[in-house]
Amino acid sequence: MLRFVIKRLLLAIPTLWAVLTTVFVLVRVVPGDPTIIILGDQASEASRMELRQRLGLGKSILSQYFDFMGQILHGDLGRSLATNRPIVDDVLAVLPYTIELTIASLIVGTVIGIPLGVLAAERRDGPADWFARIFSLAGVSFPAFVSGILLLMVFSVQLRWFPVISSANAADPLERLRALVLPSVNLGLLMVAYVTRVTRSGMLKALGEDYVRTARSKGLPYRIVVWRHAFRNVLVPIVTVVGLYLGVLIGNAVLTEIVFNRPGIGKLIVTALNQRDYTLLQGLMVVSAFAIVVANILTDLTYGLVDPRVKTQ
Amino acid sequence: MTAIPAPAATAATDGPPLIVEHLTTSIHVGSDRHDVVRDISFSIGPRETLALVGESGCGKSMTALSVMGLLPAGVASVTAGRIVVDGVDMTAAAEAKRESMRGDRIGMIFQEPMTSLNPVLPIGFQVGEALMQHHGLTRKQARARACELLERVRVPAAADRLDAYPHQFSGGMRQRVMIALALACRPRVLIADEPTTALDVTIQAQVLALLADLQEKEGLAVLLITHNLGVVASVADRVMVMYGGDVVESAPVAAFFARPTHPYSSALLAAMPRIEGEGGLQPIPGQVPTLTEMPVGCRFQSRCPLRIDRCALLPPLAAVGGDPDHRVRCWVRMDT
Amino acid sequence: MTAAAPPAPQPRRRLSVLGKALRNVGLVLGAVIVVAMIAAALGAPWIAPYDPDAQDVLLVLGTPDSVHWFGTDAFGRDVLSRVLWGARVSLYVGFVATAAGVVIGTVIGVISGYYGGIVDRLVVAATDVLLSFPQLIMGLLLVAVLGASLTNLIIAIAVTAVPAFIRMARGSTLAMRERDFVDACRSLGFSDFRIMFVHVLPNILDELVVMASLWLASAIRTESTLAFIGLSVPPPTATWGGIVREGFDNLLDGPWLALFPSLAILAVMIGLNMIGDGLRDASDPRAPQ
Repeated sequence: MLRFVIKRLLLAIPTLWAVLTTVFVLVRVVPGDPTIIILGDQASEASRMELRQRLGLGKSILSQYFDFMGQILHGDLGRSLATNRPIVDDVLAVLPYTIELTIASLIVGTVIGIPLGVLAAERRDGPADWFARIFSLAGVSFPAFVSGILLLMVFSVQLRWFPVISSANAADPLERLRALVLPSVNLGLLMVAYVTRVTRSGMLKALGEDYVRTARSKGLPYRIVVWRHAFRNVLVPIVTVVGLYLGVLIGNAVLTEIVFNRPGIGKLIVTALNQRDYTLLQGLMVVSAFAIVVANILTDLTYGLVDPRVKTQ
Repeated sequence: MTAIPAPAATAATDGPPLIVEHLTTSIHVGSDRHDVVRDISFSIGPRETLALVGESGCGKSMTALSVMGLLPAGVASVTAGRIVVDGVDMTAAAEAKRESMRGDRIGMIFQEPMTSLNPVLPIGFQVGEALMQHHGLTRKQARARACELLERVRVPAAADRLDAYPHQFSGGMRQRVMIALALACRPRVLIADEPTTALDVTIQAQVLALLADLQEKEGLAVLLITHNLGVVASVADRVMVMYGGDVVESAPVAAFFARPTHPYSSALLAAMPRIEGEGGLQPIPGQVPTLTEMPVGCRFQSRCPLRIDRCALLPPLAAVGGDPDHRVRCWVRMDT
Repeated sequence: MTAAAPPAPQPRRRLSVLGKALRNVGLVLGAVIVVAMIAAALGAPWIAPYDPDAQDVLLVLGTPDSVHWFGTDAFGRDVLSRVLWGARVSLYVGFVATAAGVVIGTVIGVISGYYGGIVDRLVVAATDVLLSFPQLIMGLLLVAVLGASLTNLIIAIAVTAVPAFIRMARGSTLAMRERDFVDACRSLGFSDFRIMFVHVLPNILDELVVMASLWLASAIRTESTLAFIGLSVPPPTATWGGIVREGFDNLLDGPWLALFPSLAILAVMIGLNMIGDGLRDASDPRAPQ
C-alpha cells in the first residue's frame, strides 16, 4: 500500500505542473492588455506603466513563467493588487470555512445518496425508485445559486428557522454549526443527486452478478447480501463520482458562499473579480487547481482501499 | 477433525437427502405463465450422483435454482410439487427456514468460477462466511476452518492465501475455492451446475476427481447439471435427460449409454465427439423452441425424426425394456 | 470487382431509436418544456407585455398582480417581460456556445483519433489537463481575463465544452478504426476526409446528440451562474442569472423577483436533462433506466 501511495504522489507532479502551466497560459497569453482590463480604458499611461512594472509584464514571457513557477514552488502566491497583503495569508484565513463546508456537504451527500440509491435499486420501479429518479433529476438540474436561494426563501425568510445573515465565524460552536446547516444541505443535496444515480445503476448491475447468487446460495440474509456483497462492489463507481464531484463542488461552493454570505475561497474569488485583483485571482486559480489535483489523489488512494485489484496489481 | 460437529443424525437423515416430487416451475410474463420445468420427480441418496443433461434452455438450471430456492424473484417461481431437503419440505417452509437450509444443509457450485466469487472480499472470508452465519463461528474460528477447507480441496499453501483475492487465483483454483465454500457447513446435498465447463480439459478431470473424492468422504448427494455426456459417463450413477422442461428419459448410467432410447437422447449421443468413432459429429437439427412456441404434447416433436400423430398428446414417463429403472417419455419407444 | 462502397455499419438502429424515444414519456415531456421555452424566447418582442428596460419609479418592487404577473423590480421594471427577454440572451449563449464546442471538439477529436501519432498524444494530454478544471472555474477565469461581453461569454463557455467533445469523438473514432470497413474504404482509395466525415462521423452521431443535449443544459447553467456572479453581458440587458442576482439583492423586500427567473432556469435545466436521459436510454438498450 505504501508503494502505491508513493507511486500515486509521484504521478501527481507532472499533472500539477501541467495544470499550473495552464493557469499561467490562460492568465498571461490572452489577447489584450491586462492593464486595460484591470484599470479600465480611461487609465493614464503612467498608471498603466506602473502596473506593468508591478505585474512583471515588462520581462519576457519565459522569465515571467519561471518567476511564476518559482514563486509557487516556494509556497508564495504573490501579493494582492488591491490590499498588498500576501495572498497565501488571505487564502489560509478563509480555507477552513471552505473545507468545513465541503466536508459537511460530502457527509450530507453520501449519507442520503447511498441509502436512497440502494433502496431505489432494490425496489426497482417502486415508489422509492420513482422518488429517487425524480429527486436526482431535480438535483442535477438545479444551479447551486437557485437551490440556495430557494432554501433561503423557505427556511430563513418564511419559516425563520435559520438566520438570513449567518455567522459562520461565530465563536459559539453551536452558532457556527447552525450557520453551516443550510449551506451544506444546499451543496449536499446537489451531490445526493449524483451519488443516488450512480449507486442505483451500480446496484442494479451488481444485484444481477454471479457472486450475489453465490452469496445467496450460502443462505445469507438479504441485508447482508445487499450490503456486504453487492454494495461493496459499487463503492468503486461511487468513489469515482464523489471524486469527480469534488471538482464541481469547488465551483458550487463559490455560489453557495455568495448566497449564504459565508467566508471562503468562493467569496474571495468574487472579491477578486469585483476589485479586478488580477494577482489574487491568479493565486486563487492556483489554489483551486491544487485542490483538484489533491482531490484526484485522494480519489485514487480511496480506490486502493475499496478495490483490492488496484493495490495488488 | 475440528470442533465442528458433523450434522446430528436425525430421523429425517435416514431417507434420501434430496427428494423432488412433481416439481413444476414457471416463468411469469405479464399475465402469461410458461412452464419451464414440468412435473419432474427424482430422489438422490447419500453418495449418489444424479446427472441432469440437455441443451441450454431445457430447464436443467431452472430445476437447480428451484431446489436451491434461488429463482429470480418476480420472474419465476415453483408453481407445483414438493422439494424435500434433508427431511425439510422446502416448498412449504418460510423463507427464513429456507435461508437457514441454504449453505448449511444444501450447497451449490456454479459454472463460472471467474465471476461467482466476490472480487472485493478475501478468499478466506468468503469460504468461512457461511460458518459464521449458520454455526455462529467467530471470524477467527471461521478463518481457521476456511484454511482447513482450502487444504481439503488441495489449494496449495492454503494458509498464505486466505487473505488473497479471487483475481489472484487461476480458474481451476477458483473452482476449488467454490467447492470449499459450498461444502463449508458439511451439507448433505450438493448441486453442481456445469462445474467444469469453463475449465481447461486437464483441470476438468482434476476438479471432477476432487468432487468424487469429497462426495465419498462426506456422503454427499450430488445433483450434477451438465451438457457434457463424457462427464456424465465418468461420474454419474443415474441420468435424467431434459427437453423443454420435461424429463424425457431417466436411467442408470450404464443402461443409458448401452441403450439410449428417447430420440433426443440418441441425438445427444450422436452429437458427442468420440475418439474411436469415424463418423464424425451429427448435430441435432433445429433448436429448442422458445417458450411461446412450445408445441402441445411432446415438446421434442418439432425436431423429432420419429414423429407420429399421437405426439400431439404428452406421453407418460414409462418403463422401457422391462426395466422399471429405465423410463422414457415417447409413444414410439415405450413398451407397449 | 465493382467500385461500390463497402457497406458501412448502419448508423445504429436509427429508426428503432426514434421509436423508443417517442415512447419515452420523460423525453417527450422534456422536449415540450424546452420547445415552449424557446418559443417564449423567440416570441418575446410580441408576447412580452412591457418594455423590459422601461422603469416606473412609482411601481418599485411591486408584488405580482393582474397587471404585472411576476411583479416589478427595484427599478419598477416588469419582471415577466425581463424574464422573457432574458431567455433570449441565456438560450442564445447556451445554444451558440454548445454548437461551437460540439463542432470544434468533434472535428479535433475525429482527426486526432483517425491519424493518431504524436499530435494525438498532445491532444489527449491537453484534453486531460483542461478537463481537470471544473467547468465553472474555467469559465470564470476566462471571462475575467477576456472581459465580460456576449462574444467573450460564448467563447469562454465553448472552451469549457471543447475538451469533453474531443475526448468523446476521439474515443469513438478509435473504436471505429478498429473495424474493417475503414480499411476497406482506404483500399478503395477514398480520401481520409471522406472516410472521416462521410463514414465515421454518422456512426458517432447518436452519442454526440445525447452529449450535446446534456452540455446544452450545462452551458445555460454556466451562463446563468456567471451572470449571477456579475460576469455576463453588462446591465441593463436582462439575462436570467442577472435577474436572479437583482432579486437576490432584494430578497427580503421582494422574494418573487428571484423566484420567477429561478423557476425559468430550473424548467429549462430539467427539460434538457430529461431529453438527454431519454435519448441515452433510447440509444443504449443496456443502460439501466
